[in-house]
Amino acid sequence: MKIIPPAAPPILEIDHLRVEYTTRELGSTTKVAVQDLSLEVHAGEVFGFLGPNGAGKTSTMNVLLGFTQPTAGRVCLFGVNVAETIARQRLGYLPELTYYYKFLTAEELLRFYARIFGIAPAEREKRIDEVIKLVELEHARKRLIKTYSKGMQQRVGLAQALINNPDLLILDEPTSGLDPLGRMKVRGIIQRLKNEGKTVFFSSHELGEVETVCDRVAILHQGELKVLGRVDDLAREHQCSLEQLFLRVVGYEPEAVAA
Amino acid sequence: MKNSLAVAQVVLLEMIRRKDFYVLFALTALITALMGSVTFFDDPKIARYLKEVCLALIWVSALFIGIGTAARQFPAERESRTIFPLMAKPITRGQVLVGKFLGCWLATAAGLLVFYLFFGGVVASKEHTLYPVNYFQAWSLHCAMMAVVVAITLLGSLLLSSVAANLTMTTVLTLGILFVGRHLNKVALQAGEPVGTLIYGLYYVIPHLELFDVRDLLVHNWPAIPWGIWAIALAYAGVYAALLLTGTWLVLRKKALQ
Repeated sequence: MKIIPPAAPPILEIDHLRVEYTTRELGSTTKVAVQDLSLEVHAGEVFGFLGPNGAGKTSTMNVLLGFTQPTAGRVCLFGVNVAETIARQRLGYLPELTYYYKFLTAEELLRFYARIFGIAPAEREKRIDEVIKLVELEHARKRLIKTYSKGMQQRVGLAQALINNPDLLILDEPTSGLDPLGRMKVRGIIQRLKNEGKTVFFSSHELGEVETVCDRVAILHQGELKVLGRVDDLAREHQCSLEQLFLRVVGYEPEAVAA
Repeated sequence: MKNSLAVAQVVLLEMIRRKDFYVLFALTALITALMGSVTFFDDPKIARYLKEVCLALIWVSALFIGIGTAARQFPAERESRTIFPLMAKPITRGQVLVGKFLGCWLATAAGLLVFYLFFGGVVASKEHTLYPVNYFQAWSLHCAMMAVVVAITLLGSLLLSSVAANLTMTTVLTLGILFVGRHLNKVALQAGEPVGTLIYGLYYVIPHLELFDVRDLLVHNWPAIPWGIWAIALAYAGVYAALLLTGTWLVLRKKALQ
């Protein structure tokens, strides 16, 4: 495992991020989704972004990907503000729910995204072959996506996230809703990317999986960063597994529930 | 521009793989062929009315294709969440908008070309004459009008929450402009103040889509429109489409995707 020392400029930099939403239920109220979040992810790291539902993970990811604008703070990818389109040139993103243009075949979808990345036609076809082989979809590459099973759609998602051979991958619940075989395959691909030295930033509720593949984790609760550190350091420091630490952070007391 | 063209290609592929266009074309073709094959009371003038009915059908079909395709672009992207992997790529919202516009407009123009070719073929087989310049002008002006309609629909798709609401509003607005637009100045003269001024303002602000309705050119086989006038009409549509797309971009660029 090669991790560039922290002195190297971070690939992903979140600086005092604050995200607020205005809800129109029962009048106009402002809800704070993320407050004062600062963290850095360095090249070659696999970073787990954890938290219970409503902790602010998706809000943070939405800012990272330029879907929403931060209320305050700064977010940079490769040293470029995420508001700039070019910040996404070396990024791959796999959303939690994999929905793609169902009237396209996997090959057409990948060609479309490859065009957006500006990959030259000759290299485009080569790259499509590579990623389709990587996600084991050679047999179905010319079939419409609407005929795919959920697992196959998830693999198309992974293929599109890798089409530009990204340096940073943002994976939102990559194994959510998959059967054990599907999970194993996706986990294998993440492991392979890790071995290739890619930087992976992913959110998951599968803490065992996070413990296995991640170098560092951050745990968010109610929009605030509660824990940040290396997985092994945290286990040593808190004398517990990642799952136990997570439950402690979110205020779950098994004894109290049992009583 | 290459990003916009890539998006436009996906929109075109969607239209090709949906059944809407084929159903509309089959219906229009069937009615046109049926009407073209009968002769009522041996009166050749009736053929003009039949041509008028068929052209009206083509206009309705074009509105269905243009508004139907454009109205679902952004809502469908949001509902099916396809907008997320797309916007996570190095593409700007402006490029997506231009791509969606081009895709919808080209899809409509291609559909119209098929309709006009078929209609022209049926008419030529009956009248044994063909006026290709008239057909070209009618088709190109119709396409120009549809550019404005598609731009209005795309703007509506961002302002209105549901596809159905947008479809209804845009159709009503388009038909309203087509049928009432040219009479608004006369209505303004009869109305009191300040309503009269408002209606006058509206008369000068709305895109006068009725200017592009040159069906009589084909129905009565009139001489072609002077090319200067034709070019001005195309430029008029271009300006309105550009203004509407700029408005749509202003709405889209700050819109949170979630």
